[in-house]
Amino acid sequence: MNRRDTALWGFVATIVLTGLLSSSQALRLTRMNIPYMLGTMVSADRDRAKVVGFAMHLLNGWLFAALYAAAFESWRRATWWLGAGIGLIHAVFVLVAGLPLLPGIHPRMASITSGPTPTRNLEPPGFMALNYGARTPLSVVVAHLAYGAILGAFYRPRR
Amino acid sequence: MDGSIDWLCLPRFDSPSLFGALLDDAAGHFSIRPRAPFSVDRRYAPHTNVVETTFRTAAGRAVVRDLMPVAERGGEAVPEHELLREVEGLEGSVEFEIEYRPRPNYARDPTRLDDGEVLGVRCALPGGLVTLRADVDLYVGATSAAGRLRIRGGERRYLSLTFDRDAPAVLVGLGEAARSRVEHTVGWWRAWSDRCTYDGPHRDAVVRSALALKLLTYAPSGAIIAAPTTSLPEVVGGVRNWDYRYCWLRDASFTLRALFGVGYAEEGMAFLSWLLHATRLTHPELQVVYDVFGGTRIDEQELPHLAGYADSRPVRIGNGASGQFQLDVYGEVVDAAGRYAALGGRFDGDQKRQLVGIGEVVCARWREPDDGIWEPRGGRRHHTHSKVLAWVALNGLLGLDAAGCIRVPVERFRREADAIRDVVDRQAWNPTAGSFTQVLDDPAAEPDASLLTLPLYGYLPATDPRMRATVRRIRRQLATGPLVHRYRHGVDDGLVGREGAFGICSFWLVEAMALAGEDEPATRLFEETLACANDLGLWAEEIDPTSGAALGNFPQALTHIGLINAALTLRDASRASGGQSRRDR
Repeated sequence: MNRRDTALWGFVATIVLTGLLSSSQALRLTRMNIPYMLGTMVSADRDRAKVVGFAMHLLNGWLFAALYAAAFESWRRATWWLGAGIGLIHAVFVLVAGLPLLPGIHPRMASITSGPTPTRNLEPPGFMALNYGARTPLSVVVAHLAYGAILGAFYRPRR
Repeated sequence: MDGSIDWLCLPRFDSPSLFGALLDDAAGHFSIRPRAPFSVDRRYAPHTNVVETTFRTAAGRAVVRDLMPVAERGGEAVPEHELLREVEGLEGSVEFEIEYRPRPNYARDPTRLDDGEVLGVRCALPGGLVTLRADVDLYVGATSAAGRLRIRGGERRYLSLTFDRDAPAVLVGLGEAARSRVEHTVGWWRAWSDRCTYDGPHRDAVVRSALALKLLTYAPSGAIIAAPTTSLPEVVGGVRNWDYRYCWLRDASFTLRALFGVGYAEEGMAFLSWLLHATRLTHPELQVVYDVFGGTRIDEQELPHLAGYADSRPVRIGNGASGQFQLDVYGEVVDAAGRYAALGGRFDGDQKRQLVGIGEVVCARWREPDDGIWEPRGGRRHHTHSKVLAWVALNGLLGLDAAGCIRVPVERFRREADAIRDVVDRQAWNPTAGSFTQVLDDPAAEPDASLLTLPLYGYLPATDPRMRATVRRIRRQLATGPLVHRYRHGVDDGLVGREGAFGICSFWLVEAMALAGEDEPATRLFEETLACANDLGLWAEEIDPTSGAALGNFPQALTHIGLINAALTLRDASRASGGQSRRDR
């Protein structure tokens, strides 16, 4: 694995993905704030959660970049469209499996079946995160397509 | 009065309304009221901003408590905004009818309610999510939710309305968790009220005014808005309907005087910090009005689809005064900065440059006509009050220079300040009328209540014969009982209709009289004026002298500020004269 490219372009792709999701929120396409959602796993304080969550999100971005890199290495090639393809699969996985499972692992997230409790009082995302806005899936897919395309375009597999 | 919340804007004071029934029955409300005929009584829980509305029916008595909970530090996640309603049975049994009809964006956007069951009743707005959670069964329709609640003595139920921009939104607890929020909030407000250092007569009225000011403060920036409503008419059925959900610089000095005077230095410092930060955007010029973050684009528009309060059209949002030139704001800002410095505040380099820049603008523009403190829409004139405030600006900057706080071009500022004083003394004093006048060289010698502030800014002592004569003439020509109009009816202010008496003018009159040594009549006037507050001790901008009804936007910061300052001046004057009497004895 090309660690230098994974670190560099993983960082760039994560920043772009975060920027696109933040822009989607600013453009009112979705209310989902991933750093806030991640950060509330460790802090109930809104401002602190966003800072901590941003760091967690960045680490996640690098982790996933390593998985993308592993795929590129196994194919011995990397192109923007291959990267975008993995990004699409990644986005669909996040929407239909990752986010709906979140109430099971997030210590402050309420369950859609039993409702909020004094300690678990965050709104669950629901199927395809539709609780966070009808156009949330669109925002997630676009952001992950960009993430994968950047990695695919700039990552150089070791031959 | 009837358990209905008819005005709510989220997430900011100047955001579009979610409930707007105040301006149009169809613009949304959230009501909890008994089904049977009832009598009602309301009050604030003492020394708090928690409203208690007590309903009495033939079958029982119950109270609805409305509050915006104060977040507990270190607790669980809290929503960005919450409006909590607690229904408590006091005796017997009362059946309530609950109706929730949000109408987003001043009722311009369609309402789509979604029954999220355990997640609450959800109403997605373009910029966030409004969630209603209740431990009451509600029938959720497409655009409204409704339910019935029978409450018996000793029982409590909760309805919580929250707003979050970020997802995941926070879903607040009800039952004991909600009771705990009520208790915490009541305790927080009582502790805050206890910080009030005012120890003179009518302390309750002063504390209530301080509490009202705190509610008008936008916590993230420290800005204090003029009032939380728009288009409550100054003339019922008329066109004098304005949006006051912004921050006027003209209130700056009086605001700081009030906050510092009753012990809320922290709030005063936050306000001044906002003031100096916000005005950087327009430096060195000052705009008349800014939004809560110092934004300067406050375009005025009309909402023709709203009927208006008691058919008072048009309903306006935004405020055209943002484009006016008001010379007096420069004096207000410098005077506020002087009060800050007197308490030991220090200015950074940018702030020093800002203050000097204000002096430069005053030197360059004080000879121009301006729109004046009352923002008439009849064109610019040479207002006496504005010229005096231009003098206040330069004199204040010279004072800050002498105190070593800033460095100004002393000779030039002093020369211009002397020139302003010369103009005011020659052209604003009308020897025939025996009074200062609203504008310079005015053959009609119109009086103006803003002239009552001249001694408050230190331009003239209140005991100066010209000031005494001016005060007498204002009382004679502008006062109806304890209430004082801004200017005479018939003066062209560019608008039709006859407005009411202006709340703060009565309090200015109290101060001018007290400073002139007329303690007893000033105290009488103050007490007569206090009787014009509403049942909660709140003040609108204006009062109808005939009916006593509140007019204009509500509650109005400037009137509450005037009340606090008048109480402080009366207390100090009373102590000074008491001390004098004792020395005489």
